[in-house]
Amino acid sequence: MASIVGGAVVAAAAGGGGVGVGATPHVLAVDDSSVDRAIIAAILRSSRFRVTAVDSGKRALELLGKEPDVSMIITDYWMPEMTGYELLQKVKESSNLKQIPVVIMSSENVQTRISRCLEEGAEDFLVKPVRASDVSRVFSRVLR
Amino acid sequence: MDYSNLRRQAASMKKSLFDQGYLDEQFCQVEDLQDEASPNFAEEVITLFFKDSARLISNIEQALEKYPKDFNKWDAYMQQLKGSCSSIGASRMKSECMSFREFCGQGNVEGCMKSFQKVKREHGVLRQKLEAYFQLLRQAGPAGAATRPGM
Repeated sequence: MASIVGGAVVAAAAGGGGVGVGATPHVLAVDDSSVDRAIIAAILRSSRFRVTAVDSGKRALELLGKEPDVSMIITDYWMPEMTGYELLQKVKESSNLKQIPVVIMSSENVQTRISRCLEEGAEDFLVKPVRASDVSRVFSRVLR
Repeated sequence: MDYSNLRRQAASMKKSLFDQGYLDEQFCQVEDLQDEASPNFAEEVITLFFKDSARLISNIEQALEKYPKDFNKWDAYMQQLKGSCSSIGASRMKSECMSFREFCGQGNVEGCMKSFQKVKREHGVLRQKLEAYFQLLRQAGPAGAATRPGM
Protein backbone atom coordinates (compact mmCIF):
# COMPACT_ATOMS: atom_id res chain seq x y z
CA MET A 1 0.00 0.00 0.00
CA ALA A 2 1.35 3.47 -0.84
CA SER A 3 0.36 6.78 0.65
CA ILE A 4 1.18 10.23 -0.56
CA VAL A 5 2.22 12.78 2.07
CA GLY A 6 3.26 16.18 0.78
CA GLY A 7 5.87 15.53 -1.88
CA ALA A 8 6.65 12.05 -0.63
CA VAL A 9 5.13 8.69 -1.48
CA VAL A 10 5.77 6.16 1.20
CA ALA A 11 5.14 2.55 0.37
CA ALA A 12 5.65 -0.48 2.53
CA ALA A 13 6.59 -3.79 1.02
CA ALA A 14 3.87 -6.39 1.09
CA GLY A 15 6.06 -8.74 3.04
CA GLY A 16 9.57 -9.13 4.31
CA GLY A 17 12.47 -10.38 2.28
CA GLY A 18 13.41 -8.08 -0.58
CA VAL A 19 16.31 -8.72 -2.83
CA GLY A 20 18.93 -8.61 -0.10
CA VAL A 21 19.19 -10.94 2.82
CA GLY A 22 17.69 -9.89 6.17
CA ALA A 23 15.73 -6.65 6.67
CA THR A 24 13.66 -5.22 3.81
CA PRO A 25 15.87 -2.72 1.98
CA HIS A 26 14.71 0.88 2.07
CA VAL A 27 14.95 2.60 -1.30
CA LEU A 28 14.74 6.35 -1.81
CA ALA A 29 13.26 7.25 -5.21
CA VAL A 30 13.70 10.81 -6.48
CA ASP A 31 11.74 12.20 -9.45
CA ASP A 32 10.02 15.52 -10.07
CA SER A 33 7.41 13.85 -12.30
CA SER A 34 4.40 12.65 -10.27
CA VAL A 35 3.69 10.00 -12.92
CA ASP A 36 7.20 8.58 -12.87
CA ARG A 37 7.33 8.77 -9.09
CA ALA A 38 4.17 6.68 -8.81
CA ILE A 39 5.47 4.14 -11.31
CA ILE A 40 8.93 3.70 -9.82
CA ALA A 41 7.43 3.43 -6.31
CA ALA A 42 5.08 0.70 -7.54
CA ILE A 43 7.90 -1.17 -9.29
CA LEU A 44 10.01 -1.07 -6.12
CA ARG A 45 7.05 -2.09 -3.98
CA SER A 46 6.35 -5.07 -6.25
CA SER A 47 9.98 -6.11 -5.73
CA ARG A 48 9.26 -6.02 -1.99
CA PHE A 49 11.30 -2.94 -1.11
CA ARG A 50 10.29 -0.32 1.40
CA VAL A 51 10.04 2.87 -0.64
CA THR A 52 10.09 6.57 0.02
CA ALA A 53 9.57 8.67 -3.09
CA VAL A 54 10.30 12.41 -3.10
CA ASP A 55 10.04 15.08 -5.75
CA SER A 56 13.44 16.81 -5.54
CA GLY A 57 17.10 16.43 -4.71
CA LYS A 58 16.65 18.90 -1.86
CA ARG A 59 13.95 16.72 -0.24
CA ALA A 60 16.12 13.66 -0.84
CA LEU A 61 19.02 15.20 1.08
CA GLU A 62 16.67 16.26 3.89
CA LEU A 63 15.42 12.71 4.20
CA LEU A 64 18.92 11.22 4.01
CA GLY A 65 19.88 13.47 6.90
CA LYS A 66 17.08 11.99 9.04
CA GLU A 67 16.85 8.35 7.94
CA PRO A 68 19.89 6.20 8.61
CA ASP A 69 18.65 3.11 6.85
CA VAL A 70 18.43 4.04 3.16
CA SER A 71 19.94 1.12 1.24
CA MET A 72 19.78 2.60 -2.24
CA ILE A 73 18.87 5.76 -4.12
CA ILE A 74 17.28 5.82 -7.55
CA THR A 75 16.99 9.26 -9.04
CA ASP A 76 15.88 10.95 -12.23
CA TYR A 77 18.60 12.90 -14.01
CA TRP A 78 16.74 16.00 -15.16
CA MET A 79 15.10 17.79 -12.25
CA PRO A 80 14.75 21.53 -11.64
CA GLU A 81 17.03 23.18 -9.06
CA MET A 82 19.14 20.09 -8.42
CA THR A 83 19.75 17.48 -11.10
CA GLY A 84 20.17 13.80 -10.30
CA TYR A 85 23.84 14.19 -11.20
CA GLU A 86 24.23 16.98 -8.63
CA LEU A 87 22.46 14.82 -6.05
CA LEU A 88 24.84 11.96 -6.89
CA GLN A 89 27.80 14.30 -6.38
CA LYS A 90 26.53 15.45 -2.99
CA VAL A 91 25.92 11.87 -1.86
CA LYS A 92 29.39 10.76 -2.94
CA GLU A 93 31.02 13.79 -1.29
CA SER A 94 29.39 13.02 2.07
CA SER A 95 31.24 10.74 4.47
CA ASN A 96 27.86 9.61 5.89
CA LEU A 97 26.18 8.91 2.58
CA LYS A 98 28.86 7.95 0.08
CA GLN A 99 28.43 4.22 0.64
CA ILE A 100 24.80 4.34 -0.51
CA PRO A 101 24.50 3.02 -4.10
CA VAL A 102 22.91 5.48 -6.52
CA VAL A 103 21.16 4.59 -9.77
CA ILE A 104 20.34 7.32 -12.30
CA MET A 105 17.29 7.29 -14.60
CA SER A 106 16.88 9.41 -17.70
CA SER A 107 14.53 9.60 -20.66
CA GLU A 108 17.49 10.43 -22.89
CA ASN A 109 20.15 7.92 -23.84
CA VAL A 110 23.15 10.27 -24.02
CA GLN A 111 26.47 8.46 -23.82
CA THR A 112 28.43 11.39 -22.38
CA ARG A 113 25.79 11.79 -19.66
CA ILE A 114 25.91 8.07 -18.84
CA SER A 115 29.72 8.09 -18.68
CA ARG A 116 29.77 11.16 -16.49
CA CYS A 117 27.36 9.60 -14.00
CA LEU A 118 29.23 6.31 -13.87
CA GLU A 119 32.53 8.12 -13.40
CA GLU A 120 31.00 10.08 -10.53
CA GLY A 121 30.12 6.78 -8.83
CA ALA A 122 26.63 5.85 -10.02
CA GLU A 123 26.00 2.12 -9.93
CA ASP A 124 23.98 2.09 -13.12
CA PHE A 125 22.09 4.26 -15.55
CA LEU A 126 18.58 3.27 -16.63
CA VAL A 127 16.85 4.73 -19.67
CA LYS A 128 13.19 5.57 -19.12
CA PRO A 129 10.59 4.24 -19.25
CA VAL A 130 12.03 2.06 -16.50
CA ARG A 131 10.65 -1.46 -16.33
CA ALA A 132 10.33 -3.85 -13.43
CA SER A 133 12.90 -6.13 -15.10
CA ASP A 134 15.45 -3.27 -15.21
CA VAL A 135 15.02 -2.61 -11.50
CA SER A 136 15.19 -6.28 -10.63
CA ARG A 137 18.39 -6.75 -12.63
CA VAL A 138 20.20 -3.73 -11.19
CA PHE A 139 19.02 -4.02 -7.63
CA SER A 140 19.78 -7.74 -7.42
CA ARG A 141 23.36 -7.03 -8.44
CA VAL A 142 23.89 -3.98 -6.25
CA LEU A 143 22.15 -5.16 -3.09
CA ARG A 144 23.54 -8.69 -3.16
CA MET B 1 -25.27 -7.39 -15.28
CA ASP B 2 -23.19 -9.51 -17.64
CA TYR B 3 -19.73 -8.88 -16.20
CA SER B 4 -17.94 -11.27 -18.54
CA ASN B 5 -19.38 -9.38 -21.50
CA LEU B 6 -18.21 -6.09 -20.02
CA ARG B 7 -14.76 -7.55 -19.54
CA ARG B 8 -14.74 -8.66 -23.17
CA GLN B 9 -15.74 -5.19 -24.22
CA ALA B 10 -12.95 -3.68 -22.12
CA ALA B 11 -10.40 -6.07 -23.62
CA SER B 12 -11.66 -5.27 -27.10
CA MET B 13 -11.45 -1.55 -26.40
CA LYS B 14 -7.89 -1.91 -25.16
CA LYS B 15 -6.93 -3.93 -28.23
CA SER B 16 -8.37 -1.24 -30.42
CA LEU B 17 -6.32 1.43 -28.62
CA PHE B 18 -3.20 -0.60 -29.32
CA ASP B 19 -4.14 -1.38 -32.93
CA GLN B 20 -4.78 2.29 -33.65
CA GLY B 21 -1.46 3.28 -32.08
CA TYR B 22 -2.82 5.27 -29.18
CA LEU B 23 -1.06 3.01 -26.68
CA ASP B 24 2.06 0.88 -26.64
CA GLU B 25 3.48 -1.90 -24.48
CA GLN B 26 4.44 0.50 -21.69
CA PHE B 27 0.72 0.80 -20.86
CA CYS B 28 0.69 -2.92 -20.14
CA GLN B 29 3.72 -2.47 -17.88
CA VAL B 30 1.70 0.07 -15.88
CA GLU B 31 -1.33 -2.23 -15.67
CA ASP B 32 0.92 -5.11 -14.59
CA LEU B 33 1.86 -3.10 -11.50
CA GLN B 34 -1.69 -3.47 -10.18
CA ASP B 35 -2.06 -5.86 -7.30
CA GLU B 36 -4.38 -6.51 -4.39
CA ALA B 37 -2.88 -3.60 -2.45
CA SER B 38 -3.33 -1.23 -5.42
CA PRO B 39 -6.14 -2.64 -7.57
CA ASN B 40 -6.75 0.69 -9.34
CA PHE B 41 -3.12 1.63 -9.83
CA ALA B 42 -3.33 2.04 -13.60
CA GLU B 43 -6.32 4.37 -13.42
CA GLU B 44 -4.63 6.37 -10.64
CA VAL B 45 -1.48 6.80 -12.74
CA ILE B 46 -3.48 7.79 -15.81
CA THR B 47 -5.38 10.33 -13.71
CA LEU B 48 -2.02 11.72 -12.53
CA PHE B 49 -0.86 11.81 -16.14
CA PHE B 50 -3.81 13.87 -17.36
CA LYS B 51 -3.49 16.28 -14.46
CA ASP B 52 0.22 16.68 -15.14
CA SER B 53 -0.10 16.84 -18.91
CA ALA B 54 -2.84 19.48 -18.74
CA ARG B 55 -0.49 21.65 -16.68
CA LEU B 56 2.40 21.11 -19.08
CA ILE B 57 0.24 21.89 -22.11
CA SER B 58 -0.87 25.09 -20.44
CA ASN B 59 2.78 25.97 -19.71
CA ILE B 60 3.69 25.38 -23.35
CA GLU B 61 0.74 27.44 -24.56
CA GLN B 62 1.84 30.35 -22.39
CA ALA B 63 5.47 29.96 -23.42
CA LEU B 64 4.52 30.02 -27.12
CA GLU B 65 2.81 33.33 -26.54
CA LYS B 66 5.09 34.99 -23.99
CA TYR B 67 8.47 33.82 -25.26
CA PRO B 68 8.42 34.06 -29.04
CA LYS B 69 11.02 31.91 -30.77
CA ASP B 70 12.45 30.71 -27.44
CA PHE B 71 12.89 27.24 -28.86
CA ASN B 72 15.00 26.09 -25.89
CA LYS B 73 12.23 26.92 -23.44
CA TRP B 74 9.55 25.43 -25.67
CA ASP B 75 11.63 22.27 -26.09
CA ALA B 76 12.30 21.94 -22.37
CA TYR B 77 8.58 21.95 -21.58
CA MET B 78 7.79 19.53 -24.37
CA GLN B 79 10.57 17.22 -23.19
CA GLN B 80 8.73 16.88 -19.88
CA LEU B 81 5.44 16.15 -21.62
CA LYS B 82 7.07 13.62 -23.91
CA GLY B 83 8.60 11.89 -20.90
CA SER B 84 5.22 11.50 -19.22
CA CYS B 85 3.67 10.18 -22.44
CA SER B 86 6.46 7.65 -22.71
CA SER B 87 5.99 6.51 -19.11
CA ILE B 88 2.35 5.55 -19.59
CA GLY B 89 2.61 4.26 -23.15
CA ALA B 90 0.78 7.17 -24.83
CA SER B 91 2.35 6.40 -28.16
CA ARG B 92 0.62 8.76 -30.60
CA MET B 93 0.88 11.66 -28.23
CA LYS B 94 4.57 10.91 -27.72
CA SER B 95 5.12 10.98 -31.48
CA GLU B 96 3.52 14.41 -31.76
CA CYS B 97 5.69 15.65 -28.88
CA MET B 98 8.74 14.40 -30.75
CA SER B 99 7.62 16.22 -33.91
CA PHE B 100 7.29 19.43 -31.96
CA ARG B 101 10.81 18.99 -30.59
CA GLU B 102 12.15 18.40 -34.09
CA PHE B 103 10.57 21.65 -35.24
CA CYS B 104 12.17 23.38 -32.25
CA GLY B 105 15.51 22.00 -33.34
CA GLN B 106 14.92 23.41 -36.82
CA GLY B 107 13.83 26.79 -35.47
CA ASN B 108 10.54 26.38 -37.33
CA VAL B 109 7.87 28.46 -35.58
CA GLU B 110 5.03 27.50 -37.89
CA GLY B 111 5.93 23.83 -37.57
CA CYS B 112 5.93 24.14 -33.79
CA MET B 113 2.55 25.83 -33.75
CA LYS B 114 0.91 23.24 -36.01
CA SER B 115 2.54 20.40 -34.15
CA PHE B 116 1.38 21.77 -30.81
CA GLN B 117 -2.20 21.77 -32.06
CA LYS B 118 -1.77 18.10 -32.90
CA VAL B 119 -0.38 17.41 -29.43
CA LYS B 120 -3.45 19.03 -27.89
CA ARG B 121 -5.77 17.10 -30.19
CA GLU B 122 -4.14 13.76 -29.38
CA HIS B 123 -4.28 14.63 -25.68
CA GLY B 124 -8.02 15.26 -25.88
CA VAL B 125 -8.73 12.12 -27.85
CA LEU B 126 -6.61 9.96 -25.56
CA ARG B 127 -8.32 11.35 -22.50
CA GLN B 128 -11.77 10.50 -23.90
CA LYS B 129 -10.75 7.01 -24.91
CA LEU B 130 -9.04 6.15 -21.62
CA GLU B 131 -11.91 7.58 -19.59
CA ALA B 132 -14.26 5.30 -21.50
CA TYR B 133 -11.92 2.34 -21.02
CA PHE B 134 -11.60 2.78 -17.26
CA GLN B 135 -15.31 3.40 -16.88
CA LEU B 136 -15.93 0.08 -18.58
CA LEU B 137 -13.36 -1.59 -16.33
CA ARG B 138 -15.06 -0.21 -13.24
CA GLN B 139 -18.38 -1.58 -14.45
CA ALA B 140 -16.77 -4.93 -15.23
CA GLY B 141 -15.57 -5.31 -11.66
CA PRO B 142 -12.27 -6.35 -10.06
CA ALA B 143 -11.23 -8.84 -12.71
CA GLY B 144 -11.76 -6.24 -15.44
CA ALA B 145 -8.09 -5.35 -16.09
CA ALA B 146 -7.41 -8.72 -17.65
CA THR B 147 -4.74 -9.58 -20.14
CA ARG B 148 -2.59 -8.05 -22.81
CA PRO B 149 -4.40 -7.43 -26.10
CA GLY B 150 -3.65 -9.85 -28.89
CA MET B 151 -0.90 -7.99 -30.80
